[in-house]
Amino acid sequence: MSGTFTKSMARNIFYGGTVFFALLFLALTFDSMQAIPKRDNHANLTPSVIAGKKVWEVNNCIGCHTLMGEGAYFAPELGNVYKRRGPEFIKAWIQSQPTGTPGRRQMPNFHLTEQQLNDLVEFLKYSSEINTANWPPNIEG
Amino acid sequence: MQYSSQAVAKPYFIAAIGLFTGQVLFGLIMGLQYVIGDFLFPAIPFNVARMVHTNLLIVWLLFGFMGAAYYMIPEETETELYSPKLALLMFWVFLVAGAATILGYLLVPYATLAKFTGNDILETMGREFLEQPLLTKIGIVVVALVFLFNLTMTLLKGRKTSISLVLMIGLWGLAVFFLFSFYNPHNLVLDKYFWWWVVHLWVEGVWELILGSLLAFVLIKVTGVDREVIEKWLYVIITMTLVTGIIGTGHHYFWIGTPEYWQWWGSVFSALEPIPFFAMTVFAFNMVNRRRREHPNKAATLWALGTGVMSFLGAGVWGFLHTLAPVNYYTHGTQITAAHGHMAFYGAYAMVVLCIISYAMPILRGRAANSEKSQVLEMWSFWLMTIAMVFITLFLTAAGILQVWLQRYSSTPIPFMAAQDQVAIFYWLREGAGVMFLIGLLIYIASFFVSGETKAKAA
Repeated sequence: MSGTFTKSMARNIFYGGTVFFALLFLALTFDSMQAIPKRDNHANLTPSVIAGKKVWEVNNCIGCHTLMGEGAYFAPELGNVYKRRGPEFIKAWIQSQPTGTPGRRQMPNFHLTEQQLNDLVEFLKYSSEINTANWPPNIEG
Repeated sequence: MQYSSQAVAKPYFIAAIGLFTGQVLFGLIMGLQYVIGDFLFPAIPFNVARMVHTNLLIVWLLFGFMGAAYYMIPEETETELYSPKLALLMFWVFLVAGAATILGYLLVPYATLAKFTGNDILETMGREFLEQPLLTKIGIVVVALVFLFNLTMTLLKGRKTSISLVLMIGLWGLAVFFLFSFYNPHNLVLDKYFWWWVVHLWVEGVWELILGSLLAFVLIKVTGVDREVIEKWLYVIITMTLVTGIIGTGHHYFWIGTPEYWQWWGSVFSALEPIPFFAMTVFAFNMVNRRRREHPNKAATLWALGTGVMSFLGAGVWGFLHTLAPVNYYTHGTQITAAHGHMAFYGAYAMVVLCIISYAMPILRGRAANSEKSQVLEMWSFWLMTIAMVFITLFLTAAGILQVWLQRYSSTPIPFMAAQDQVAIFYWLREGAGVMFLIGLLIYIASFFVSGETKAKAA
């Protein structure tokens, strides 16, 4: 960076480059918003699913699990757990926690009502039907 | 210290180090829970420990950034801070709000906390890194706005250097993108899409501007290299940061229900994200080699060089490792992500905050640099923490590669928990490296209390 390339040139490239790529990102976002409804399974976004998402959130499930690969890496992926385990297993599993097996990772019991359990399962079903470009690679998540 | 109002930075730095210690302690708890699953259960379940660990990280870095800004802006603008009283008031507001939030996580079930802090009014909780109750989120916005008002008023009445402008753009960006934390649509795809506007556009966007300006400021001070040269570098680096990093957000849009063209946009642009970090390393070494003075604070120079190298390795190299879509298909959401996260946050953000603290704290305490003895101790802590973090990253990477193989890539994939059992040895090794990190941190803290002969008084 010799004398011909000045600070004000660098500054102008910074502002110009940032504005250009920010606008490009906004354009891509706009296009994504048009395309996402084809993939996001919003047709199944029922009141029960919405309530289930809240159960998911207020119990901080993401603090141990991943959902579509995002979250904590302490416990299994749950984006596809509906397909892996099915609704009855999921409910029975949540209710039987903690296992209390010595040395094994423990999941708290969140004392969910039958309604909350059903809503959560509906939310996990809805999540499992989002088009995730074939991710995860296999059913184990 | 040139301006008396810079003194408000001191409590911010002290709080940052205190919360950093808390973060590391909770990290050790979680590390142990990875191998002794029922450790501290049910008193501190993993999800609570993780929330405390990551939220303390964010909060101590914010304290560090704010302290840095309060220290730098008066010196850069050559004028006293608009209102030191407001800065001190906000310090206590932020500290009390932060402490109350952490205690809330630890003492109350999360669902109860959500119920009593207004989550039913506006549902924002329960999303990774944005777990804070609504009240805390509003508190963060208030503190950020008052902080930005204070600094912007200072900037308006003083000299406008490039370093201060870049810092202010970064800090305003931080506040603006945080507003997306209040947007939590029921549609999970949209929720995730805009969640990244906080998380990615922070750490791979505007935070890098803050990082660059902090580093540039310290380099001017310790090397005496001409401001024109340093600020030109700064602009070049942050240009590359935002040119690659904004579209680079696409590397989070591979598998969450977003259009598949993001696999191309995200892969190509995020593959270029290491470039600004590499430039930062070259920048730091170049400036130190071209130094025109021998600053007595060797420790600060070491942190400046260290943050360049470690951010390049952690954010750059370890980011690139799993950013290409065909690779990420297998590594997404595994210990590879955790490995990258640890070294990137330490290298880019923890180290630059420790760098500015290392430079500014002696001056705030009335001397140009700490005693030889204190600096030697600080440099020991630098090496202990940095090498420990390298090992944490290597062990998590090893665990991640095996996890990917066992659970995702092999022709007979095994369940998550079975794979976790197989890689337990690496979690034990990681915990060992974590203990080494804690020892480094304790030595770092001790270095503040070691006296010995101090160098000449600061101007």
